[in-house]
Order: sequence, then C-alpha cells, then structure tokens
Amino acid sequence: MHELSLMEAVRDQALAAAHADGAIRITVISLRVGELAGVELEALRFAFPVAMAGTIAAGAELRIESEPAECHCAACNAPFPAADGCCDCPRCGAISRQLLRGRDLRLLALEVV
Amino acid sequence: MCRDCSCGQPAPESNPEPLPEQPRRLPLHTALLQRNDAGAAALRQRFTAAGVTVVNLLSSPGSGKTALLEALAQRLGSAEGAAPRLAVIVGDLATDNDARRLQAAGVQAVQITTGQACHLEAPMVAEGVHRLSHQGVALGQLELLVIENVGNLVCPGAYDLGEGLRVVLLSTTEGEDKPLKYAPIFHGADLVLISKIDLAEAVGFDRAAAHAAIARVAPHAQVLEVSARSGAGLDALIAALGLATPAVR
Repeated sequence: MHELSLMEAVRDQALAAAHADGAIRITVISLRVGELAGVELEALRFAFPVAMAGTIAAGAELRIESEPAECHCAACNAPFPAADGCCDCPRCGAISRQLLRGRDLRLLALEVV
Repeated sequence: MCRDCSCGQPAPESNPEPLPEQPRRLPLHTALLQRNDAGAAALRQRFTAAGVTVVNLLSSPGSGKTALLEALAQRLGSAEGAAPRLAVIVGDLATDNDARRLQAAGVQAVQITTGQACHLEAPMVAEGVHRLSHQGVALGQLELLVIENVGNLVCPGAYDLGEGLRVVLLSTTEGEDKPLKYAPIFHGADLVLISKIDLAEAVGFDRAAAHAAIARVAPHAQVLEVSARSGAGLDALIAALGLATPAVR
C-alpha cells in the first residue's frame, strides 16, 4: 500500500508545475498507470482527495489512463496483450522476452485556471 | 468613432463583461517516482565506481531471504582478519532481528526500519550505505552488497534502488503459482530463486509448473533452485552473482 505516498508525489509535482505557470487552481490531474506498475487504481482514487485537501488542487478531477501490458512476439512479428502480465503469445504460445509497455507511472498533464 | 453607423458617438467598449477564464492544459509527462529514480541513479553511479555487485532481494515475508544470506555468507567465507566480502542492508517495518541474525553469522549488516512503509526507497539505501561506512565497511572493499527488501511481493517492485541485479525469491512452501498471482514484481527480475528446495518433495511442490509459471511472467530471468539448509544451488548462485566460488576447503 504505497498509493498514498505516490499520490503525495503527484500533488507535489502538480503544485510545483501549477505554481510555475502562475495558475490559481488545478481543475484536472491526468495520470498514466501501467497494468504492471504494481499500483491499485482504487487505492489511488481513494488517496487522491486526501492528498489534495487544503491545496489549490482540492476538488480537482482525477483522470487515470490505464496502460495495458503488451508484449511483442518475435515468432509472429506482432504485438499481443499480455493478459495478467503473462508473456506467452496467445497465437503461437511462444514466450516473449520483449515487454512493449505496461510499467509506466506518470503524471501526464494538468488543467489549470 | 463608432464603426457601425458613423453616428459620431465614441465606440462602445467591447466585451464589458469578462468571460470566465478557460482552463488551460499543462502537459508534463513526468515520472511519478522521479525523486526515487534520481536517488537510485546516484547510488548506481557510486556502486559502479566502487566495483561492488549490488543485489536488490525481494520476496514475500518468510520465504527465506535472511536464511539464504546467512548460508551465502558462510559459503563465501572470509579469511580471518581479511576484509568482508559481503554486507547487507536489511529493511523491515520494525525490529533489528534480521540484522542481528546476520551479524551473528559474521555478516556486516545494518537494519533499516521503515515504520509503516511497505518497501525501501533509494534514500533509505543511501542511509544504509552511510551507516555501513560508520561500521568501517567501505563500498570499495566489498564484493557483494545485498539490499534485503521489506518482505512484500507488490510494492517494492516499483522502486529502483540502484541495484545491478534484481533477485526475486519464491519458496517451495508458497506454491508454484505465486508468480502468476504477483506478476508485476517478477517482470523486473534478473534472477529468480526457488528457495527451500530441500522441502520440495515434502510439500508436493510441482517443479515443472513453477518453472513454467516463472517463464511466463519473468521471461528475462535466470532461474536457480537453492536451499539455505542443504546448501544446494549456493555455488550456482555465487557464480550467477559474478563472484568467485571459494576453493573447496
């Protein structure tokens, strides 16, 4: 359970960026969370208002873009969704050693006024 | 002058009511863990400069991380009076039991207690390195530094500690499907150890199923079977860590 400390990192980065921009309020915070980032989305959403309380981001909307895990199959020369983090190709059964995406944990953007 | 009708009156103020301010978008694209990542990069630089192999050892609680390190220390040995080959930074929520166990086995060890934190972060490791130096252990004299992470198969996986090798340990008593249940942490593994292999038969551990499960979620990892109790696989582990196996005494 490190979602609250992650959300505190979101808050610190968001407040610094909004301050640098001269914004008076943050209305939207957008994150990207990979399926294999080891983060529980519900816990993140739960931590959001707690972390933002008393700041210019209080009352902001949290948008989470989930990044599905995806591997590349060398045998089929094509990508496939790595369901539950399993890297065996659903077409040919070969195990892929190339994870294309799914581990990202990123503050994408803010909307501010 | 009024442009509409040439009436000679002054032009009216345009937009006397200011519009409500439109939200504007600030693209950022910053990594959430950028502070930890920066700390880890600094540690990695120090570890590389010192020429020490650094392992981040991850597993659920009770899979035998500390017992394995005790056995490893004994196998690696160190001539009387010679510099230690191995040091350990061990993280737990509370108690210094593990550091004391390791010290009793002759290992230079420092305990990091995290309070309620479920994982180690790079600044805690920097603190551990600092405390080791106060015990007279310099990075440059070590061959191997093991960071024994907090027992947890979820959260520690997200935090880079500057390690050269990430080792995930799975014990035979946990069940062969554990990698499938906790895929994210296995994805980052360079080496997966199946520990307590001496108990495999007693607990009906399905070796083939375990290896198949690991291959699906840790396709990059080398896999070794080890036992702290019997010593099985320890020399293979020492070789996988790039260390010299001691001569048979």
